[in-house]
Amino acid sequence: MELTGAQIIIECLKEQGVTTVFGFPGGSVLPLYDALYANRDSIRHILTAHEQGAAHAADGYARSTGSVGVCIATSGPGATNLVTGLATAYMDSVPVVALTGNVPLSLLGRDSFQEVDITGITMPITKHNYIVKDIADLANTVREAFYIAKEGRPGPVLIDLPKDMQIGKCEYMPEKPWPIEPKASRLREASLRQAVELLRNATKPMFYVGGGVIRSHAAQDFRNFLELVDAPAAASLMGLGAVSSSSDRFTGMLGMHGTKVSNMSVSMCDLLIVVGARFSDRVVSKSSAFARNAKIIHIDVDPAEIDKNITSCCHVVGDVKVVLQRLSKMIGEPMKHEQWMDQIRQWKQRYPIRVTEESRRPREIIRTLQKVLPKDAFIVTEVGQHQMWAAQYFKHEVPGHFLTSGGLGTMGYGTGASIGAQFGNPSKRVVNIAGDGSFRMNCNELATLARYQLPVVIVLMNNHCLGMVRQWQTLFYDKHYSETTLDTPLDWIKLAEAYGVHGMRLTVDDDPAVVLKAALDLGQPVVVECEIPIDDKVYPMVAPGAPIEDMLGVVEADV
Amino acid sequence: MAEKQYTLAILVNNHSGVLMRVVGLFSRRGYNIDSLSVGITENPSISRITIVVTGDRAVVEQIKKQVEKLVDVIKVYEMTRHGSVQRELVLVKVRTTEQTRTSVVELAEIFKAKVLDVTPSTISLQLTGGLDKIGSFLELMNPYGIVEMSRTGITALERGSRSLCDIDYEDPGAVGERADQ
Repeated sequence: MELTGAQIIIECLKEQGVTTVFGFPGGSVLPLYDALYANRDSIRHILTAHEQGAAHAADGYARSTGSVGVCIATSGPGATNLVTGLATAYMDSVPVVALTGNVPLSLLGRDSFQEVDITGITMPITKHNYIVKDIADLANTVREAFYIAKEGRPGPVLIDLPKDMQIGKCEYMPEKPWPIEPKASRLREASLRQAVELLRNATKPMFYVGGGVIRSHAAQDFRNFLELVDAPAAASLMGLGAVSSSSDRFTGMLGMHGTKVSNMSVSMCDLLIVVGARFSDRVVSKSSAFARNAKIIHIDVDPAEIDKNITSCCHVVGDVKVVLQRLSKMIGEPMKHEQWMDQIRQWKQRYPIRVTEESRRPREIIRTLQKVLPKDAFIVTEVGQHQMWAAQYFKHEVPGHFLTSGGLGTMGYGTGASIGAQFGNPSKRVVNIAGDGSFRMNCNELATLARYQLPVVIVLMNNHCLGMVRQWQTLFYDKHYSETTLDTPLDWIKLAEAYGVHGMRLTVDDDPAVVLKAALDLGQPVVVECEIPIDDKVYPMVAPGAPIEDMLGVVEADV
Repeated sequence: MAEKQYTLAILVNNHSGVLMRVVGLFSRRGYNIDSLSVGITENPSISRITIVVTGDRAVVEQIKKQVEKLVDVIKVYEMTRHGSVQRELVLVKVRTTEQTRTSVVELAEIFKAKVLDVTPSTISLQLTGGLDKIGSFLELMNPYGIVEMSRTGITALERGSRSLCDIDYEDPGAVGERADQ
């Protein structure tokens, strides 16, 4: 049948099972929005306050559901406002499809009103992008975009749609989504055998798990594999939840703000098995000292990650789920590493996740929050101290329920992402743990929370400063608090209320359980402003350039 | 590891903007391009980019893998010094006088350079060859004074009878990947 380009886009979205899109209209996407209007019963469009919020919402939707998140923006400033959101999704391998309008083909390249070369701009921050210049290519471009977003290592894909491509007509034939198999084309029998051999010869094997395990829905396979190998595991920020935080085998986060046990174990082990992780500098710190007593097996779906930051002695390229299943079969009989596991248990006793006085209150708030939340709640964060506290003190049990901007470190990520997570999971609770510095960046999305009456709870840790930067200024810049104090008389409660969102205050004297419970019980959007001391710090930490086991602020137990 | 020059042949979809994707990737990951040439192939839907890059082995492996990830890249193949023929064409305008013209032409003949144009004060030459040959020739021309020069960048073909299109992309041996070797 003959349809307009805009209708073809909608039909292709339906082919992919898209039910929710996030966006903001404008001149160059008018035809697309007209088609959305006509199809409002099958595709729900969520109007955000700003295109960046739409991009983060699509990202949060994708991370929390495993489906592709979709965002729409108009040409020019609409498109450029997506950039931070797309870069965030790119760094954390999140499948997002962004649709942007552009001026008609005849006006392209003439610096027309609201024209911008968004494919040029987003080339380094998308897995791939397109500008459609022939309407006959439109349907397959959308299909391919979804395929690329999901296939292998996921990532964002952008399609730029000149206005005449939305208006023009073309023959449309429905198609099923192109099937995606877990990627294993580069999986080699020899490397699997080598990995098994290394595992068999190791006496102190240690796992370092990353977000790849979450993306490939392989957490259960990973947990089984840990049992089979009888070894402990540390996680990168993105890998939290892959192993249950309450598991005996879990040593905590690894790297700059990781646990002493994780960092020591990685430095002392004789075999490090890295699963779906990429040796980020926040994990590795001083690369020459990283895992210096160990051989490294690197398992990842992306061949370009192999030997990029750290050279491994064995690498297995393929979907981690497939790889772990194949390795399990080859290993067969469970391994035993009793001595090593005993050592880990001793270290865990000696270096418990305990707090210094400088993070007592945030820890109390986060621990209490966990108590009053159901187990399957989604925790979203912004970026900074509160993010690290949420990573350290929350017990991450369910894979994929901790949404945070790990790679790009995007302040302002949380509110948009929690909107996406809540739309993707209407029956689950979503909490955004925020800091005052991050939250003010995109607090305009309170308007979206209010408009759709989403029961998102924003736990706003207010220390009246940019805490993480201040922490570094305290430790490394002679307490020169250059532009990090946010001492404006901002009333967060009034701000929330102005947007039509509830505001609650948790002062230093209040019981967090009472206030947080009351906030959750509202079943409506609410900002809970939590006062925390200005000089609270994230500990332990690895000083820049130091080996990871050299940590500041470690608390030892008296054993 | 020692830095060396490596020549990569990259087959890409012949779309607009593909060259920018490849070149942009080199610049943002900090890989320096020494030479670049691009043109269509026997298959009009495929273009071939030849890039010479300096780096150590690990850097070149990383470059190859990053380039392979681009959706529009069909194949990346490393052209070794002995396993391939590598040529560049250079057009050079050399300053001459009545006295020096003969010696410039003699040198050109030794290098099998072609005389394209002669004026009372200059001579324009065309030379084809590998980087070494072109380098030595230009060194010899330098004292006379090079007025202007234009180079095409290295282009390369593998020796032997097969075509790059025949090489199994996923076979690590064929793409020169260190994997499993």
